[in-house]
This record gives sequence, structure tokens and C-alpha cells, in this order.
Amino acid sequence: MELRINQKTYEVEADADTPLLWVIRDDLGLTGTKYGCGLAQCGACSVLVDGSVVRACVTPVAGVVGREVTTIEAIEADSVGKRVVAAWVEHQVAQCGYCQSGQVMAATALLKHTPNPSDAQIDAAMVNLCRCGTYNAIHAAVHDLAAQQEGA
Amino acid sequence: MNTPVDSPLGPLGAPVNLSRRRFLLASAGAAAGALVLGFGLPLGSARAQAATAAGQERGTQVPAFLEIRPDSTVRLLCPFMEGGQGTYTAMAQIVGEELDADPATFLVDSAPPGEAYVVMENGMRITGGSMSVRMSYPTMRRLGALARAMLLQAAAEQLGVPLGELSTEPGKVVHAASGRSLPYGELAERALDLPVPDPASVQLRDPSQFRWIGKPVRRVDAYDKSTGKALYTIDIKLDGMLHAAVQHAPRLGMTVGSLRNEAQVKAMKGVHSVHQLPGAVAVVAERWWHAKRAVEAIQVDWQEPGNDSPLRPMPADFSSDAYRERLASEQGPARDEENEGDVAGVLANAKTKVEATYHNQYLNHAQLEPPSALARFNPDGSLEVWLPNQAPDMFRDDIAKRTGLDAARITLHSPLLGGFFGRHFLYDSANPYPQAIALAKAVGRPVKLIWSREEEFLRDVLRPLAVVKFRAALDADGLPVAIEAVSATEGPTEALAGKQGDKIDPTALEGLSGKAYAIANKRIAQIYVKGPVMLGYWRSVGNSLNDFFYEAFLDELADKGGQDPYELRLHLLRDNQRLTNLLHAVGELSGGWKRGPFTAEDGSKRARGVAMASPFGSEAAVIAEVSIENGQVKVHDIWQAIDPGSIVNPAIIEAQVNGAVALGLSQTLLEEAVYIDGQPRGRNYDLYPILPPSRMARVHVRIVESGAKMGGIGEPPLPAVAPAVANAVARLTGQRIRSIPLSRYTFT
Repeated sequence: MELRINQKTYEVEADADTPLLWVIRDDLGLTGTKYGCGLAQCGACSVLVDGSVVRACVTPVAGVVGREVTTIEAIEADSVGKRVVAAWVEHQVAQCGYCQSGQVMAATALLKHTPNPSDAQIDAAMVNLCRCGTYNAIHAAVHDLAAQQEGA
Repeated sequence: MNTPVDSPLGPLGAPVNLSRRRFLLASAGAAAGALVLGFGLPLGSARAQAATAAGQERGTQVPAFLEIRPDSTVRLLCPFMEGGQGTYTAMAQIVGEELDADPATFLVDSAPPGEAYVVMENGMRITGGSMSVRMSYPTMRRLGALARAMLLQAAAEQLGVPLGELSTEPGKVVHAASGRSLPYGELAERALDLPVPDPASVQLRDPSQFRWIGKPVRRVDAYDKSTGKALYTIDIKLDGMLHAAVQHAPRLGMTVGSLRNEAQVKAMKGVHSVHQLPGAVAVVAERWWHAKRAVEAIQVDWQEPGNDSPLRPMPADFSSDAYRERLASEQGPARDEENEGDVAGVLANAKTKVEATYHNQYLNHAQLEPPSALARFNPDGSLEVWLPNQAPDMFRDDIAKRTGLDAARITLHSPLLGGFFGRHFLYDSANPYPQAIALAKAVGRPVKLIWSREEEFLRDVLRPLAVVKFRAALDADGLPVAIEAVSATEGPTEALAGKQGDKIDPTALEGLSGKAYAIANKRIAQIYVKGPVMLGYWRSVGNSLNDFFYEAFLDELADKGGQDPYELRLHLLRDNQRLTNLLHAVGELSGGWKRGPFTAEDGSKRARGVAMASPFGSEAAVIAEVSIENGQVKVHDIWQAIDPGSIVNPAIIEAQVNGAVALGLSQTLLEEAVYIDGQPRGRNYDLYPILPPSRMARVHVRIVESGAKMGGIGEPPLPAVAPAVANAVARLTGQRIRSIPLSRYTFT
């Protein structure tokens, strides 16, 4: 089947029900998207599909045929994503970093849909798990991005 | 954590060819680009080995640690593993300060096993016990200073000027008299040919002149970790590699009988081969998804363990709740860790006595990166393994033991850790690398084995469980004059050893023992009970449970004696200036101690609790503010004052306090590993919830630098969280909190 990932077209041999996560990681070698739970519990595998955040570990690959998938590897090619990464560095969010690809994707999706989210909207959207406990830094980074937008 | 069971000291460092290692990492997609050696002799070089053989002082083999590239970037091979705690950045700051090189110009990787990297003052090399910085600080500073001296010497030769006329600025040697300067990158090759100077000959920088130590220097890994570029073991890929997944026996100790549907599984799409391993079956496939699906389809007749099982077999009827009841009924004998004054006598004659029984829960590590291991046998019979670990020498030696290979024929790679919290020590039966090695051997190709989240939660070692019986006596003024704590438990270190040692396992009682309060009569004792659960180290180890018990019971004593718990602590610490200051600091940080209950601006009724801990060489004091929201405890704020003596990076400390608070809240509010019928109830984050962002508290940090001996930072901010919350909840609800997690209580 043909997939559009990060503005490129890939021809992939995979069963229709293979989770997108494993096609991205093992077939395409894009390892920035992480496996954490396989049950859509943690969000480490978050990617964008047509600009909305999706948990790749439970998304059958056939479901994204004809749609535009964005992974963390291309996040800085997106103007919102680039700002998110800059805020993540500015706020020194990452500790072990394993969940942060997914966190950055979730933040990017939020800000693409809602450029100036309220704190409640941030809390509702930023639900990925982080065992290192970077939640406050994540909230501060997204809050900062929202404020920048307001000032812009 | 104190002392692991096994010595991590391997034999003399095996030859490790760094350029080979870099080539492999580059081929795996990391650190690509021109890698030109400046200096940076492989550790196995004749000179480096001769230095070791001559008994050179620790951390003085400059070429084993440092490589300066033509563009003057500095590559540091770090003795410690980076798993989020910021040790790569701290080491870049410490070495960079003395080398005179901006930490931002550092590239840091973990060093291979080897004697050269044993830099801790206790003669160990592990990443744990919050030891990395505090145990290697002077040594790593000296390392940077030695390298700087070599660069200065090289510059003197190159410029033909006296050494005394030269100085350094970040990244370059400067000859002020002639206005000339040479970047480090242009001097590195000449410096390579120089002997390492006498360690005693270098002068360390005066701390008042520090540019980077003590400053909120940015993490060296922040960008890579924000863009998916950081590589963990699970991400490594080798040419010709196959993927593997396993299905473990439902209970440890069970063995593989027959496979009822092996032929069908072999015929499943993508399956390369099916394998039987000790206590597990495995499928090797071209893709991990195929391996996982196939291995989960295998119908195995699991056999009950024999009496000769080398493992700690999990009984079919094991229940963690029932086991806790059993611990509560244990009568002894007990061994004393601390016994001062006359506890029995004072208790016998006391007018006011307080007794209470406390307990905690088992916990998983639940780090986000599921364990994996990648093994490759090279054509010459040597073995390379990539695996998450907190002690490379111990792992290499274990692999040598298991494979019969000489340690010199084993190359160990230690990629970034996707969280660890104690998960990646050497735990027999809880690490995937023996399976990966067996599979790579069997199929003759490199194999990457990933444990699914479910297999991880089935084999992870657990944070220990304890039931503690307290007795205390109050004097006529309501002040405690005697305290006794007897804990029925098994500590992680004695659990790993499989037996009780001659001395009490300090990791069993730390946090009950070592308390600073001036209570004249005290007895802290352990009833050792060997259980059926595989135990391990969990962030802040014994302190993670014991400070909860002690500090919550201390609040009971305060209430019974009519004392304010904050004032009582100040009274009991009146002769301890450091802790008195710390308690004042946290009180001040929180806007002044107020216990409540009070009504907050949003109309909610709230209260505050206070607690302290003295873990891993540091001191911590916490105040928590809570309310009850929809029947659940809501923690609004955590104020923490922490005194690690002196510091390297305040920004990373603040991040570590946040992280420790999150883990502390997780174990306090909701997290527990429950076993029913010998099996864990939760094998993923659905039935084993960890703290979600919605239950995080605001965290306020004050770092106090008392100037005392440097303590740890990764673990110390955790232990006082649970009791501070429990004390606040008790104050708010009037309900005593004698166990965690609080999800087992009903609040209205």
C-alpha cells in the first residue's frame, strides 16, 4: 500500500491491520515515534494524521492510506511544530525524553487547532503519560506558546 | 540505595576500540558525520593499559574519557548512564569547568565497561543511589584539569613560548603577550602524544571563579530529546537484524512443557522461527509486530516449577493482600538496626502510649521504555550487546558468565535509558539480554528482542512491601520520649542475595533508621521475611516507604500530645542547625506554616502537612496542600526545600524535584502492583495506572546549600512527599492515613 509520511510517498508491504507505529519504526526506520504500551494508554506513539493527533500503536496502517502522516522526524518542517520544539528546549522539558516525541506531537496538534488554548484546554489535550514527571514543564511550555500567539 | 550485592568491579578493562564503537553507532543512525580523532586513544591502547597496570589514580586516564575534535567540540565518555537525571550535562559542566570548555560544546556518550571508568570514591561504577555526581565530583574536575594541562603543554611546544605565558579561554589556549591563540581542536593531536601529568600537579579552579558549575546550564540532550533524535536501546538497528518477542510463563519458575500449536505458529506470516527458552517461548521474525502476534498465539503447556528451581518460584495462590496480612502477623525474631536508651522501660512506664501499624504496597518501575536487548555474534566469535543498564561492568561480567565467553570478547553498548528508577540493575530473570543472546546464537543473525509492556510488567522486579508496627511514649508535656518501629519486610539487597546477610540490609530500613529527631529512647528493628516476589531497587529505595511510615506516625504523636507537627519537628531538631534551617526554609517557601483546615479562594476546604527525610546524603523537607475533590485526594501544591550540601546545576535539581514529586505522588495517590492467584492484576497502564498529568501538583522548590558534604539529587526529593500528603489528608479529614496508596481509602 502507498503511504504519505512526512511529505514523502512510501510503498509499504504490510497487513492492513498492522499498527501504524510498527510500520513507521521497523519498515521505515523512523524511530522517533516510541512504543510504550501498545494500548493507547501512554501516548508515546503519538503522530499527526491530517494534522490531528493519533496514537499510532492502535491505528491500523490501512486507515491512513490517502492521508498525510507527520512524525516527530518532520516536526520542525511545520511552523507550529518548530515553535513547539523551540519551547521544549527553552523550558528544558525533557528528562529521559522517551515520551517527549509524543508530547511534542500532542502539543503541535493542540496549537494547530487552537492557537491560543486556555489552561483548561491545555490540560484537556496534554494527557500523555510521563514517568519522569515533566508535566509542569510541559504545561509551562504550552502555556508559553499560547501566550506568544496571543501577543502575535 | 546502598550497596548492591555483587561488586561491579570487573576485571581490568577489556580492550575497547572506540572507533569501532563509533562506527557501529553511526551505522545505527546515531552521531553520523565526520568523526576525526583529535586525541582520544582507545582505552585498550598500550599506554592506557600501562597506566592502569601501574595503579594510576582513578579518573586520570585522560585519553580514555576525552576526545577533542578539529572543530574543538569535546566528546566525553561518561562513566554514568543518562536516563533523564541529567548526569551527561552535569559531567559536561564539571569537566568543562576545569578543562575550560563550554559544556554546550560537549557531546556525551556512556563509556564502555572498564577499570578506567571506575571513578566513584567508593570504588564502584554504577548509576544509582543518587551517587554519580557526589561520588565523582573531585575526580571528574581533576580529569578536566589534567586535559587542560596537556593542551597548555602542547600549545607551549607549538608556539615555542614558555608554559607560564599561556592561559586558556573557553575552547582555546591564549598567548596574551603576542595576541595569538590556538583553538583546542588544533592542539588535540599534539596533546595526544604527551603523557598525562602528575595528578597532584594540577590546580583546580577556585569555586568563586566557576562559570558553569552551580549554574542552570542547559541540558546537552534537550534538543535531541525534543525532536525524536535521541536513541534508546529499543531504537538501535543493525544490518541483517531479526526481531524477537517472548511470552513468559505466567508465574516465575514455571517451565515450558509442550507447545500445542507450534506448527501453526511457524506458519504464521513473517515468522522466522519459534524457540523455547528458560521459562519463556520466543518467536523470531523479520518484523517485531509479527513476532509479537505469533508468540502470543502460542499455546504453551506450562509446567509447575520443581523443588530444584533455581528461581524464586511464584506460588499459584499468591495474593499480595494476603501476604501483607501475613507480614502483619509475623512475631519475629527481630534484629535491631538502632537501639538507644531504654525503649522497653520507658514504654512500660509511660502514661501516654501510642501504637499503630502501617504498611505500603508493591510497585512496578513502569519506566516508559519497555526493556529490550540487541545481540550480535561477530564472525570472530565475539559478542556485542546493546542493552539498558545502570552498571555496565556487572552486566558484561554476567554475560561472560552466562555465555562462557571471555569478558574481553564481549562489547557492551549502553544507549540512553528511557527512564530507569532502579529498573536496570542486574536482576536475574528480569532482563531480556540473556534471551536475546540465546536467540542470536540460535539463528546466526543479530536479534533485537523487545519485551512488550505486558511481558515487562510480568517480569519486572517490585519495590518491597513492609508492615511496620510502631510504639511510642509521650512525656507529661506531650512530647515523644521513646519510639519503636519493627518492620516485617525483606529489603531489596537481601532479596537479590536470596538470604539475610550478617548485617541488616540497610535498604530495608533506611528512612526508619537514620532519622535525625532527638528522641532519647529508640529502637528500629527488622523481622526478616523472605517472600515469593522478586524485589528490586525503586527510586529512593527503602526511603520511599520508610519515611512515609515514620513521618506519618510522628504526626500521630503530635496529635496525641497536642503538639503542632511543624513545631514538634522544630523542637525535636532544636540542636540540629542544618535541619532547623531547612524546616524554616520550607515553611517560608510555603508562605508561612499553616496547617489548616482553611477555606481556599475557590471555596474548597484544604489542609497542609509537613514531612522530612534524610536520604542519600541530602536533606529534604516538604509541605503539601490537599483537598478532597469528588471523593479523591487532590494535591494542589508541593513545597520542597532540599539541601544537598552543594550543587552543580540548579535547573536540573528543580527538574529532579518535580520528577521525584511526581513519582512520590503516584505511589501516594494511586499506584500499586496487586497480585492475585500468583499473577499481577495490571500488566499495562490500564490496570496499573501511573500518575497522569491531571493529578500532578504545582511544585515549588528551594535549594539550600548548607555547604555540608555533597549529597544526591535524583532520589532525595521523593521520600517526604507521601507523608506530607498523608499528614495533610489526616488533618483535613480526621482520618488517619496508615497505608498507601490513598486510592484504597474512601473520602467524602
